[in-house]
Amino acid sequence: MAEFKQAPAGASVGTQFMTWVDNRFPASKLYKEHLSEYYAPKNFNFFYFFGALSLLVLVIQIVTGIFLVMHYKPDAAKAFESVEYIMRDVPWGWLVRYMHSTGASAFFIVVYMHMFRGMIYGSYRKPRELVWIFGCAIFLCLMAEAFMGYLLPWGQMSYWGAQVIINLFAAIPFVGPDLSLLIRGDYVVGDATLNRFFSFHVIAVPLVLLGLVVAHIIALHEVGSNNPDGIEIKAKRDPKTGIPLDGIPFHPYYTVHDIVGVSVFLLLFSAVIFFAPEMGGYFLEYNNFIPADPLTTPLHIAPVWYFTPYYSMLRAVTDPLVNVFAVLVAVGAVLAVLRGGFSTAVKGGVLVAALAVIFMLKTFDAKFWGVVIMGLGVMIMFPLPWLDRSPVKSIRYRPDWNKYLYALFVINFFVLGYLGIKPPSDIGTLVSQAGTLFYFGFFLLMPWWSQIGEFKAVPDRVTFQPH
Amino acid sequence: MKRLLLAFVLPLLTGLAVLTPAQGAAGGIAWDKFPTSRLTDMAALQNGAKLFANHCLNCHAASYMRYNRLRDIGLTEEQIANNLIFTGVKVGETMKVSMDPKDAKDWFGKVPPDLTLIARSRSDGAKGSGADYIYTYLRSYYRDETKPTGWNNMAFPNVGMPHVLWEMQGQQRAVFVDEKDPHNTAKTVHVFKGFEQVTPGTLSAADYNIAMADLTAFLQWMAEPNQSDRKRLGVWVLLFLAVFTVIAWRLNASFWKDIK
Repeated sequence: MAEFKQAPAGASVGTQFMTWVDNRFPASKLYKEHLSEYYAPKNFNFFYFFGALSLLVLVIQIVTGIFLVMHYKPDAAKAFESVEYIMRDVPWGWLVRYMHSTGASAFFIVVYMHMFRGMIYGSYRKPRELVWIFGCAIFLCLMAEAFMGYLLPWGQMSYWGAQVIINLFAAIPFVGPDLSLLIRGDYVVGDATLNRFFSFHVIAVPLVLLGLVVAHIIALHEVGSNNPDGIEIKAKRDPKTGIPLDGIPFHPYYTVHDIVGVSVFLLLFSAVIFFAPEMGGYFLEYNNFIPADPLTTPLHIAPVWYFTPYYSMLRAVTDPLVNVFAVLVAVGAVLAVLRGGFSTAVKGGVLVAALAVIFMLKTFDAKFWGVVIMGLGVMIMFPLPWLDRSPVKSIRYRPDWNKYLYALFVINFFVLGYLGIKPPSDIGTLVSQAGTLFYFGFFLLMPWWSQIGEFKAVPDRVTFQPH
Repeated sequence: MKRLLLAFVLPLLTGLAVLTPAQGAAGGIAWDKFPTSRLTDMAALQNGAKLFANHCLNCHAASYMRYNRLRDIGLTEEQIANNLIFTGVKVGETMKVSMDPKDAKDWFGKVPPDLTLIARSRSDGAKGSGADYIYTYLRSYYRDETKPTGWNNMAFPNVGMPHVLWEMQGQQRAVFVDEKDPHNTAKTVHVFKGFEQVTPGTLSAADYNIAMADLTAFLQWMAEPNQSDRKRLGVWVLLFLAVFTVIAWRLNASFWKDIK
């Protein structure tokens, strides 16, 4: 416990008050540690806006969500009507609703940008592994939050999207049917499903999400921010003050900096809200303006755009691709036995495990493996800090071909996303199969490819041009 | 129950999200462009409201739409109550119909859909806006004796609704020509070549198009009554944010000039 401080004689009322508070709650300490004396590298670039913007969108979603819940009715007979009531009869209800629906898409845009920033500058590398892992958990929560929120307007696409995704769980061997029944609370998506999704969407998941966001920020401020050069600024400190030479206080420098980012973001966000709230059917799907009808299946059921890369991976897993997986597992096991420096016991274990995986691949339905691949597509982000063996963090000092590889990764992600929106076709399935293999290959082969090539010398100090 | 079960099991079996069409509006001709200038024309919207109340609202409800919202298109509560409400409900009520859904199903094969949001739900990224669809649909009825109602529609093949506005438009027939299939010379395809007026209506073709544009404008407005206000407000919001961005940018620059 800190010692009890006394405000100096003749101090202002403000100082006296803060002394009183600080003796009971570390207000000034928290302010200093997280804002005024949190030293961030001075060479942040465009990509570094998206962390602050994620926080902004989170606040927008929570505040608009609070107001929506005041008028929304989580009841299969009233949900659709109550949303239209919000859109028509509640003063400014349309604005709050559009902010929330556009906010959902905006959240994924800023989070995808934020994650990509982490990938190219190696922000997940030691000592920031936990920052990254908390972030991945936030992404997972966000997907659950978005999926359950999408059911609430109770339109056709809400209903059938949920129906299709929940049915996927039924493909899990042994427990699947009971599990999907547990999720739905009924044999079809219905009132019970709507009520539990509402409960999860407005309280359970946001609670976890907020806890994770706090953990993400505390972990970040413990180790300090990375930067586009991937240099540890704490290695070069001012000998007198101990402040990193390339660090500047977060407040005021990055607060004013982020205000610029926020205003540009709000400019784009408002352009969508006021002029294209449906965003051509991508943010609000046209079919969702028809109330949920369990007897009429829409022509084409597509998840909202932010899920489609993973949805594409799910659809890509057909029997031929499962066979490809089996061959890859076999090749991997043989290589591990022949080339890996393992003991005989471990080699035996690898062979047995590979045989077991191949057996399971051939036993269970391809549909189940599709679900597994979709899940793994997200989960593979978690071990990234240990997959990357590159001697440098930032892409700036990696071999040039790495830039093309990351560009290809982004293009591949977009192609998968595009194919997930479209109805399936033969050529689309082939492309998404290639895309799925590339996506997983990128991560699983990273321990090897990240070490190859000519690395550039990393400077001692960050690259910075004064404004 | 059987169809319910089927609809539930099908996605499970296929693992793909595409199912047999269970809805009618699929297919049909390319859509004409709805003249969007009608949307901001109060007289056009009022005429559309009149057509809607007289011809559509008997079978189709607009159950999220309140009668008194029509004040937004320049009508007074007295005008609404005296000219547009035929069921004696109060002006604060929503536009419901008294037709029994069971009867409707017997008569038309399905319950006529609620029209409040029809203009939003019928949009199709590839074919056009919902208003384009409605504008085309309302003008594409033709005589087809093979159908139980004697009517068919080029924009909505095998539509359940007969041509309610036929007295205005008159009767037209669809002209089809058999042409060689460009992909398979051994086959011929039935190509739609346009409509041909059979009997005249009370309106000329040009006037009928204008009337349908007004009705479409009303449906488009009703799907989101504040859509024009939203855009007007949006201009101010964007102007404010543009100015604010400049201020934020200069503020940022004045702080960062210290950072060397």
